[in-house]
Amino acid sequence: MVSRTTDDYQRMALAGCVAINEPAFWAGYDRSNEQGFYDYFSLLTGFEPQRAATFGIKHFSWMCINPKEAEDVGLADAVLALIPEFLQKPTVLGIGEIGLNKNSRNELVVLEKHIQLAADHDQLILVHTPHLEDKLKGTRLIVDALKNHSAIRPERVIIDHVEEHTVRVVKDAGMWAGMTLYPESKLTANRAIDIIEMYGTENIWMNSACDWGISDPLAVPKAALEMRRRGHSETQVHKVFYENPAAFMGQCPKFVL
Amino acid sequence: MKQPPESNVHLVDHGFMEARAKLLDIAAFLDRLERHDQADDYRVRAFFEGLNLLDEPGADRAAKVLLALSDPSEEPIAEAHTKGAAGAFSPEVET
Ligand SMILES: [Zn+2]
Repeated sequence: MVSRTTDDYQRMALAGCVAINEPAFWAGYDRSNEQGFYDYFSLLTGFEPQRAATFGIKHFSWMCINPKEAEDVGLADAVLALIPEFLQKPTVLGIGEIGLNKNSRNELVVLEKHIQLAADHDQLILVHTPHLEDKLKGTRLIVDALKNHSAIRPERVIIDHVEEHTVRVVKDAGMWAGMTLYPESKLTANRAIDIIEMYGTENIWMNSACDWGISDPLAVPKAALEMRRRGHSETQVHKVFYENPAAFMGQCPKFVL
Repeated sequence: MKQPPESNVHLVDHGFMEARAKLLDIAAFLDRLERHDQADDYRVRAFFEGLNLLDEPGADRAAKVLLALSDPSEEPIAEAHTKGAAGAFSPEVET
């Protein structure tokens, strides 16, 4: 987790975390050229798995140029050309987190290029949806772009950061839904559990925001605790927090716990 | 589709104090804006639109509030000039 300290890995291990999957995302600043991405991908596939292994945690990652840096299509093309090399790495599970940020034309062009890359290399796809007022429109545009590609199988796609107004769009498309938990500002544990109660435990998971904003790597175990406090069975908790992520990521043969 | 928990947790006991505190925070936030004469803002107007939806039954308040705060357009924008989002939509304001 490039935006976090080693203490966070230790705390996650103490909380029972056995594996982390980390998407390529924004670094807190815009990288000036593709070499910046090369170094970042090397960090995600080299140092981070080592750092996690110190605490007995398996570390997996996803490769892409994230939508926040996708307005420059020329830079995106240069970064896309680097990705196939990293898809060979033993801990890379697929293409992500791709998607949209402000729902611009260029972001959509770069998204479509990533979808093609995933199709060409038969990769799983992890999708970032825009935040706040941009989420609904972005989720629809993303789902349409994925459905429009004949080689993309929906069960090999997870659309992340769903909320109450977008989860149905994703489920109806046959894709997996990810719920990202934030201590403030966006989806909370209680709302995520409400969504589970309304939409069931199939093809859905929760993840902790571990980014440059206020975020909590222990949001997932805290949500599991809350789910128990709300009377959900241990079977359901285990399904949402362990079996489901393992089932989705296990579609990539490199994902072994 | 619904999967209620197997045991019977009293959800009012469980969540009332937290929700009460949030309600008071909202009340004080709106008071503060009024005292400082800053309530005339598209985000505050959208906020009131959301508040008005809380009175409607149907167990879909959260989704309705989110819809009220969403960009209703369908076409991609020409170009992204910013990275962030404001939390409410106005056709005149670029966020
Ligand atoms: Zn994201």
